[in-house]
Amino acid sequence: MSRSALDLWVGFFVVLGMAALLFLALRVGNLASANLSEAYTVKARFDNIGGLKVRAPVKSAGVVVGRVADISFDTQSYRAEVVLTIATRYAFPRDTSASILTSGLLGEQYVGLDPGADVDMLKPNDVLQITQSAVVLEKLIGQFLFDKASAPAN
Amino acid sequence: MSGAVVLLRRVGSVVNAGVARLGFAARFFLLLLRYSGQSLLRVHLTMREIYFSGVLSLLIIIVSGLFVGMVLGLQGYETLQRFGSGDALGVLVALSLTRELGPVVAGLLFASRAGSAVTAEIGLMKTTEQLKAMDMMAVNPLARVVAPRFWGGVVSMPLLAAIFSAMGVFGGWLIGVVFIGVDEGAFWSQMQAAVDFREDIVNGVIKSFVFGVAVALIAVFEGYDCEPTAEGVSRAITRTVVSSALAILALDFVLTSFMFRGVS
Repeated sequence: MSRSALDLWVGFFVVLGMAALLFLALRVGNLASANLSEAYTVKARFDNIGGLKVRAPVKSAGVVVGRVADISFDTQSYRAEVVLTIATRYAFPRDTSASILTSGLLGEQYVGLDPGADVDMLKPNDVLQITQSAVVLEKLIGQFLFDKASAPAN
Repeated sequence: MSGAVVLLRRVGSVVNAGVARLGFAARFFLLLLRYSGQSLLRVHLTMREIYFSGVLSLLIIIVSGLFVGMVLGLQGYETLQRFGSGDALGVLVALSLTRELGPVVAGLLFASRAGSAVTAEIGLMKTTEQLKAMDMMAVNPLARVVAPRFWGGVVSMPLLAAIFSAMGVFGGWLIGVVFIGVDEGAFWSQMQAAVDFREDIVNGVIKSFVFGVAVALIAVFEGYDCEPTAEGVSRAITRTVVSSALAILALDFVLTSFMFRGVS
């Protein structure tokens, strides 16, 4: 096989491989949408985070505005401390409240942000004051059974 | 008493031979890296090997990727649909291909298609004393014969794995969206939401690169180390395929346990 035909085939092969990688990155993966290069972080403390995981989405009005960057346990207040990374182009008022919600009945858990009415905006490393914990199904069922049992029979 | 001694001696000799071979392989690898510079100067030698191990493996990689993806589409839909989440088919196909099946199956195919050919070629060169003749002519066979084949394999493998994964996703799409009728928007959007570029795709590429190094090294070493007889060459080829497969699976477990620990 001549040298130029060989080069042509190898070039074709390399371009095909690169195209496959590009397809994987842009069409299959989320490289195109994962634009969190400019972001700020805020903290929120929850009584119970349920099954929230690192990298779970942070949504406001259903739109993904950031990701959960870190989850740790605060031994001062015995609550879970969640670090949220929010894209810089989304500014939120300082009295924004965070709650842990579930998408669908069995879906993944995410952090929902409800904007408040403060005129000042959140600054990096602020702490969200109003939080609402995850709904734990077992607790709900337990409470329901307890209420049933203690209700006066009629 | 003497029976036990003979048995112990045999165990010892097997272990000693294994350790010596491992040491030889390690020194071989270092020498190979040392002489790679020389061989990469004459880049057309490596180009030729990329053609033989990469371009000629394209057909089997594309066809297998397509069929693996289509089977994943059928089986995955069958199971997911029981839980009412047939829309998640894209996630299942894409994650299993980019994380595991792409690098591993492409690696196994590459070992049996290209690795065995490299071993046979080098083994036959050794048997017909071509390597010795090169040495006599002051041409280093490591730089002239072995290194280009090694680098050809290392370059080809990640590209082949990427092509395999892409074809698999296409196969899953073909079955899921075109034949079964999963909603196309849900198929792609759920896939894009679940597959992370760094966690899944880059890790898959790293895996395929490591497999490429392992398979190419095993193939050239077995060829270079083979007994210079017809039987020796055939045994070396068998060993290449078997130890490549074992190395890929073992390395895959090690890499997976480092990469996906705690990632949900």
